Amino acid sequence: MSHAVAAPRASRTPDSDPALRGAIRILTPAGERRDDPEYGSHVADVGDDELLALYDDMVVVRRIDAEATNLQRQGELALWPPLLGQEAAQIGSARALRSDDFAFTSYRENGVAYCRGVTPAELVPVWRGVTASGWDPYRVGMATPQVIIAAQTLHATGYALGLQYDGSDAAAIAYFGDGATSEGDASEALVFAASYKAPVVFFCQNNHWAISEPVSLQSGSSLAGRAAGFGVPSVTVDGNDVLAVLAVTRAALARARAGGGPSFIEAVTYRMGPHTTADDPTRYRDPEELEAWRRLDPIDRLAAHLSARGVLTDERRAAVTAHAAEVAHEMRAACTGLPEPDPMSLFEHVYTTPHPGIERQKARYARYLDSFEDAR
Amino acid sequence: MSTMTMSGALNAGLRAALTADPKVVLMGEDIGALGGVYRITDGLQREFGPRRVMDTPLAESGILGTAVGLAYRGYRPVCEIQFDGFVYPAFDQIVSQVARMHARTNGAVRLPITIRIPVGGGIGSAEHHSDSPEAYFAHTPGLRVVSVADPQDAYDLLQDAIACDDPVLFFEPKRRYHLKGEVDTGRSRPAALGTARVVRKGSDATVVTFGGLVQVALAAADAAADEGVSLEVIDLRSLAPIDWVTVAASVRRTGRVVVTHEAPESAGLGAELAAGITERCFSYLEHAPVRVTGFDIPYPPSKLEKHHLPDLDRLLDGVDAALGRPSSYEDEA
Repeated sequence: MSHAVAAPRASRTPDSDPALRGAIRILTPAGERRDDPEYGSHVADVGDDELLALYDDMVVVRRIDAEATNLQRQGELALWPPLLGQEAAQIGSARALRSDDFAFTSYRENGVAYCRGVTPAELVPVWRGVTASGWDPYRVGMATPQVIIAAQTLHATGYALGLQYDGSDAAAIAYFGDGATSEGDASEALVFAASYKAPVVFFCQNNHWAISEPVSLQSGSSLAGRAAGFGVPSVTVDGNDVLAVLAVTRAALARARAGGGPSFIEAVTYRMGPHTTADDPTRYRDPEELEAWRRLDPIDRLAAHLSARGVLTDERRAAVTAHAAEVAHEMRAACTGLPEPDPMSLFEHVYTTPHPGIERQKARYARYLDSFEDAR
Repeated sequence: MSTMTMSGALNAGLRAALTADPKVVLMGEDIGALGGVYRITDGLQREFGPRRVMDTPLAESGILGTAVGLAYRGYRPVCEIQFDGFVYPAFDQIVSQVARMHARTNGAVRLPITIRIPVGGGIGSAEHHSDSPEAYFAHTPGLRVVSVADPQDAYDLLQDAIACDDPVLFFEPKRRYHLKGEVDTGRSRPAALGTARVVRKGSDATVVTFGGLVQVALAAADAAADEGVSLEVIDLRSLAPIDWVTVAASVRRTGRVVVTHEAPESAGLGAELAAGITERCFSYLEHAPVRVTGFDIPYPPSKLEKHHLPDLDRLLDGVDAALGRPSSYEDEA
């Protein structure tokens, strides 16, 4: 018996990618800086020093990502969701935020977390499985990462409404992926945000893949185009261009601060790694597609620009690499040094005040554990 | 003291909460100009403005998810779900987000959200307007679940729920919205959240119930008294956590217990009550706990609901079973 062989999935290279057509781009893939008539003014103040700082961020975040992936492979982390390839989208947008803005993200936004002031040591405990949360959201202005797809888009909208009620000119930003746009919560968030003119930025990283499902399965039209139907202005940006991402996010935040309501940004980027360390993209992804996107690597692009300007010297590169290695080392040391969680911590924080049901089970389990005292 | 209906007491409770704390905001469908489909928020938008009393788009997940964000920012949202059967689209936000956020953030983020839901049958409604979804939420760690049965508790417990830093599901039995009673608005009584109440003393058997069936249980106790049977009636008020101290003290005295609710029997709150009572009162029991509940069926068309809902006679049949008298519960395998 012979089986019909499925035709290989049509490979979509960046050149033919419809999502990138018309996307705002300030740094070309070759690293040339061009002006953008609409958004260029938002980054007119960004010179070599600022770009070098963004370069440092991107290299450090990629190093964190690689180190965490290694930690998972070595059995030190249960899981890790790599962001490889999405550094410009995350750094460019997060560096547009003020400290009093608030980010509600999915689980892949470790680059955003880094920019918000989450320490590398705080990034790994959740993925090691020793705690439910790595940081205090109010200290850094970023919620603990959301696992339920698109749920956080509503949280950002509600938080933004609270900012509006408080008379603050801060804004909320929701990070989510292309897959999340199919969830009802994403649509409901756009409806609520538009109705109340909530100061919220919907930042969609279209990384082309929701685990094994291509973005074409989520939408027959452009993701940014959908926002218009909700009455929310939108823009598509080259998500591998850190400068363009910074520009469009600043513009959206300025609109929010001025009372102009929500905006939607589609940052077209590419998930170069697996969905998580548990995933195997070779089962569903054409390697040629990956290669084509590798040529649009966001760090290479900025490096080319800075090298051509003569500011990214070998010495500077070495300093950035050393900084990244130092951060990675700090994260690894913190990770492997994490103590086993206390079993009694199971019963903490379920409620804000003592709860008789929890207290009863806690006391019973403590007695049970005590019965093994001799064995321990 | 003044005489109020339960709906009037709820309205007064909301007004008191809005007045006491500027962070309290009401959210829901049709709660503004209309005052809610049951008029519980009548006049409140006029009094407190459209930001404190917000009409929302028709999206229950959106209401709860937005409430999470508002609470994250320090607000105290009180969400009205229009009917019991409309809460399911918000189920994920309630169970995955509202219930877990305090634990997920190691105590950093509190979500003091109150979710008001008109519940239960007995009013001849269309499908999805008569459900009793309490077990889903009582099963969910992180939530408190309250059910009120009279105007005074409606007034007090609603304010307690709103003031509580944990999320609270607040069930209002819609067939009792017009029940009248004396209400002390002085707030001089101790907070009742988390406690049950013995609404009628008795000695032969304990009836444990809540919400719309408390009145049915009281009527059954009157009828039983005519036959010389003394029933104690407990209004649970708090479905999660259950006030086991009050329940167990009663059952240890009477030795017999009937639990009754409108929701289906299987894995319902009655199962939890029967198990919990058996664990705590085993050596005091003269008979196994008896459940009188709605059947394990989708809520029936309104002409049939009188057969589905426990009424006075079915409750007394259950009491007969608990007393070891002839009943429909005999001969069950």
